[in-house]
Amino acid sequence: MIEIALKMLFGERAKYAILVSGICFATILMTQGLSFFFGILGFSYATAKNIRAPIWVVDPLVQSVDENQPLRDTDVNRVRSVEGVAWAVPLYIGGTQAKLLSGGATYQVTLAGLDADTLAGAPAKLISGNILDLRLPQSVIVDMAFVERIQEERGKELRLGDMLEMNDRRAVIVGIAEAAEGQGNGSFVFTTWDRAKEYAPGQRSMLTHILAAPAPGWSEADVTRAITRETGLKAVSEAQLKQMSSDSMVTNSPLPYFVGLLVGVGFVIGLGISGQTFYAFVLENTRHLGALKAMGASDFKLAQMIVVQAAIVGFVGFGVGVGVMSGFFSLLPEGRAPLVLLWQIPLIVFLAVTLICMVAAVVCVWRVSRIEPGIVFRS
Amino acid sequence: MNDSNSILETGFAVRLRGVNKSFRSGDQITDVLKQIEFEARTGEMTFVVGPSGCGKTTLLSVLCGTLDTDAGEVTTLGHALHALSAARVTQFRARNVGFIFQQFNLLPTLTAAENVAVPLRIQGVPASKALARAREWLARVGIPEKANEHPSRLSGGQQQRVAIARSLVHEPSLIVCDEPTSALDSVTGHQVMELLRDTTRGGRCTVIVVTHDPRIYQYADRVAEMEDGRILRVAAPAPAQPGNPATN
Repeated sequence: MIEIALKMLFGERAKYAILVSGICFATILMTQGLSFFFGILGFSYATAKNIRAPIWVVDPLVQSVDENQPLRDTDVNRVRSVEGVAWAVPLYIGGTQAKLLSGGATYQVTLAGLDADTLAGAPAKLISGNILDLRLPQSVIVDMAFVERIQEERGKELRLGDMLEMNDRRAVIVGIAEAAEGQGNGSFVFTTWDRAKEYAPGQRSMLTHILAAPAPGWSEADVTRAITRETGLKAVSEAQLKQMSSDSMVTNSPLPYFVGLLVGVGFVIGLGISGQTFYAFVLENTRHLGALKAMGASDFKLAQMIVVQAAIVGFVGFGVGVGVMSGFFSLLPEGRAPLVLLWQIPLIVFLAVTLICMVAAVVCVWRVSRIEPGIVFRS
Repeated sequence: MNDSNSILETGFAVRLRGVNKSFRSGDQITDVLKQIEFEARTGEMTFVVGPSGCGKTTLLSVLCGTLDTDAGEVTTLGHALHALSAARVTQFRARNVGFIFQQFNLLPTLTAAENVAVPLRIQGVPASKALARAREWLARVGIPEKANEHPSRLSGGQQQRVAIARSLVHEPSLIVCDEPTSALDSVTGHQVMELLRDTTRGGRCTVIVVTHDPRIYQYADRVAEMEDGRILRVAAPAPAQPGNPATN
């Protein structure tokens, strides 16, 4: 009977196409919504992706890596004195504005001031330049997003040696780094901690974060607990910092509502279009299903047929939808668009599509169970 | 009931005793079958005739188990349908009853052979075996070359031939036909009835035909006349006319 169900489904090509399109469209909407959600969440901890350190120490009130809550200058030494800490260095993270010295538009950037001695937290991958050149006077490393914005504005290539102006101070570009885009304008400018004091708007303390690492034989968990216990500061691992930052965004921004709406609309559209079309498909086949019932097909067999039809529509629509989104994502520049297709997203969407198909199938099975076989004798 | 009772008392395939059936539409209740007493003998072709709305189709639905009764006993091929569960009645229909419908009710997305194979597939016969049997039956009803055609590409007569093959492919003991010729022209109607008679003749297959097409009464072994939910009489059809191929 399954092959009869499939022939009934595939035989009506227009309806089959509408059914698959509905599920496909719902899949695309839900995948896009969830990808957008995780993409935006990624922005919330981009700083922790660009500045790598095993342990981060921040003010106890800080909830996100980009929060600029100054510490006391003595806190670096207090952290260094905790047993199990291999090293601890100061870090400044804050917003500032940058533009070409020759003029042009001003751009909001995230300024990262690294410890000049160790350059701990320096960008892992340089597209051009040398990381050690950060120790040269007035030197900065910019990321590719910043370079592209400047190049687009002035219409010619930005090169090493070009000059920027930040906080009325001159800065020389000595390197271009690959970096994940952050919040706001998303560009990162790296310099040393001492020099960051000049480039950033003045504030009482320029120590906003402390980067640290556990000594050999010590675990990150033990050391973070020890730092928190002995200094009263908040010490977290890189993973914890990312989680903390994304949690903060979820809690303090309207993002969940937007995404919930987007995913919800996708679900409702899927249920509406596919559910309704599937129901109409069953209604239009009432006479044929009644004939099968009259000829001795049990309600269970007819239910099997409907479930198989719903499952096929769901699988094909989901497959096409995810395929379309995967293809679309592969065309986007890596790390630039706020869209991330985590492996969990297709799984979540698949469960949602399964639910849509199950609801549609259950309603239709109920409808079929109420068909009187005697209907076939009515003209 | 009438003078044919003595003939019908033995060897019956269908026996209805005191059957009532009514339908409710809002507050209105319509009694469609009223104290029906009806019998059809094994191996015979019994016609149920009468004006529209007299209850013919309801009677057909009741005796083959596609419709429950409100009261009375329905015994078909030795099975007391009124006492069986819905699932058992469904199984009974699958094994024992072949259907020929007024509008053919062929599945439009299946080929002729696949349509004919449906009753076998419902019984769980493997697809390849069912299709082979279906092709044999299409040959027996004279359209072997149409096995792979879809119903939309067949004429009305050809579609009814497919329906006849479908009703016979699982070798049922009872075939119920609802207005089998009403959608066909006169010549095709006679051809279809001859085919039905030829394919069921000489076996133990009982055929019950509901019709108000007097052109085909001549094919009946017995005709039951209905009116207003009751059976007025059951009798042999009118004598054959000389030269009538159907009754000669």
